[in-house]
Amino acid sequence: MEEILEILEENNRISPEEIAKMVNMDVEEVKSFIKSMEEQNVIVKYNTIINWEKTEKDLVTALIEVRVTPQRGEGFDAIAERIYRFPQVKSLYLMSGAYDLAVVVEGKTMKEVAYFVAEQLSVLDSVVSTATHFILKKYKDDGVIFEDKEKDRRLVIAP
Amino acid sequence: MNYSGLISKKVNSIPPSGIRKFFDLANEMEDAISLGVGEPDFITPWHIREACIYSLERGYTHYTSNRGMPELLNEILKYLKDRFGVEYGSEKEIIVTVGASEAIDLAMRAILNDGDEVLIPEPSYVSYMPSVVMAGGKVVPIITKVEDEFKVTPEQLKSCITEKTKAIILPYPNNPTGAIMNRKDLEAIAQVLEGTDIIVVSDEIYAELTYNGEHACFSSIPGMKERTILINGFSKAFAMTGWRLGYAAGPEQIISAMVKIHQYTALCAPIMAQIAAKEALRQGASDGQKDVEEMRKKYNRRRRLMVKSFNEMGLTCFEPRGAFYVFPCIASTGLSSEEFCEQLLREEKVAVVPGTAFGQSGEGFIRCSYAYSIENIREALKRIGKFVTRKK
Repeated sequence: MEEILEILEENNRISPEEIAKMVNMDVEEVKSFIKSMEEQNVIVKYNTIINWEKTEKDLVTALIEVRVTPQRGEGFDAIAERIYRFPQVKSLYLMSGAYDLAVVVEGKTMKEVAYFVAEQLSVLDSVVSTATHFILKKYKDDGVIFEDKEKDRRLVIAP
Repeated sequence: MNYSGLISKKVNSIPPSGIRKFFDLANEMEDAISLGVGEPDFITPWHIREACIYSLERGYTHYTSNRGMPELLNEILKYLKDRFGVEYGSEKEIIVTVGASEAIDLAMRAILNDGDEVLIPEPSYVSYMPSVVMAGGKVVPIITKVEDEFKVTPEQLKSCITEKTKAIILPYPNNPTGAIMNRKDLEAIAQVLEGTDIIVVSDEIYAELTYNGEHACFSSIPGMKERTILINGFSKAFAMTGWRLGYAAGPEQIISAMVKIHQYTALCAPIMAQIAAKEALRQGASDGQKDVEEMRKKYNRRRRLMVKSFNEMGLTCFEPRGAFYVFPCIASTGLSSEEFCEQLLREEKVAVVPGTAFGQSGEGFIRCSYAYSIENIREALKRIGKFVTRKK
């Protein structure tokens, strides 16, 4: 069953019929498994990784280190929720080390991101400090190398 | 000058590879989808490449001993024991070669005298026959049948043995059929061989790529180690085709004879490749084996997809249990293997290899490699499906 998830993680455009052949199962079985995985939130979302740098769209990504004061009874969860609810926030991780939360923010312009940090993030009660790092270029995202130089260099026919 | 008279008769007697013939045709078409390649679509795992880069930086650019770097020989000994349960006691029973292909050539040249007969199952990989002929031997084909799951049966073997029989090649898991011989099959073969002086050249280059069951190593069959030349290499399991690194393991006397030829021809395998191979095996217990397993898992999914799809198209497909090829029967289309492949290439731009490239007994079959991305395989299957519907 794990195999079906692996196949989908690699490429979610493969049909249940094809998956069924690959894992030697019934199509209906595969469909119902996928459905139940969706319901249980194991399959969270079907995503597409896009290299926006190759498009006309303006997009700025920043990684923001945030130090916060944890709250009694809530720990970091309450402040984390306050932050991840912002639609600008693409990812949020609780970290060990020099800061507490790593927040990945996307905006159209640097100004927009700067505004978000200054006006919406820093002013939250439990936020102690922030340090914003703009991402200049994405080489690899979510396991995918963007400009993969490792093309298929095999001959058309080989023994 | 009359060059044809200058070329050795032995070389003249060898036909050009049926695969190469098709290669020229396929190469003319730039946008053809190929299922013709006999090598992994994965690139050598990074940790292996990295080990080679690092060794170059440190200046490892010299000859190694003829037989191979001692550290690598030791890793091979350990690997054969851990993975296939066959224990070779000393480095003298191993030689590292320039690909498994050189190992096969050395084996033939080390054991054959003019006129010695070598039994070769058919359909099989294209290089065995020329290696035998070049070494002065005579090929006796054993035609394997789909009904027997493309295995050599003990009866067939018995009927082919003459007093001139010097050796038999056992190429399992098989290219092109994907057939395997399990332990019981091998034991039956061993029984026939017992009491004879026939040498077994067991080409197990695809050993790591078996599905639904473990690979059975011929030298691990009791009593067979002393007559077996085990051939293996790094190309298929570790996606290291371009590194050209293989090895042979066997009785010290035979391996010494092979080393003798090797030292006067290849001299030694490239040190860069040997260092990379050492890394591939050294990580064997941990990361390396994980790489192999990861690749095997992907091949397995593609294998099932292809077998089922071909059967649905009405091209009956024997279920391959090893390597990375399917060998469906195309007889129902009324076309010969070559016609099928040529027309498929011209009409649908998909390149597959005619079964006849692996011997006349491959007539009625085609070889399709699944060492391709799923996207590529899906598209190729779609096109083959259209083609078959049209032809029926």
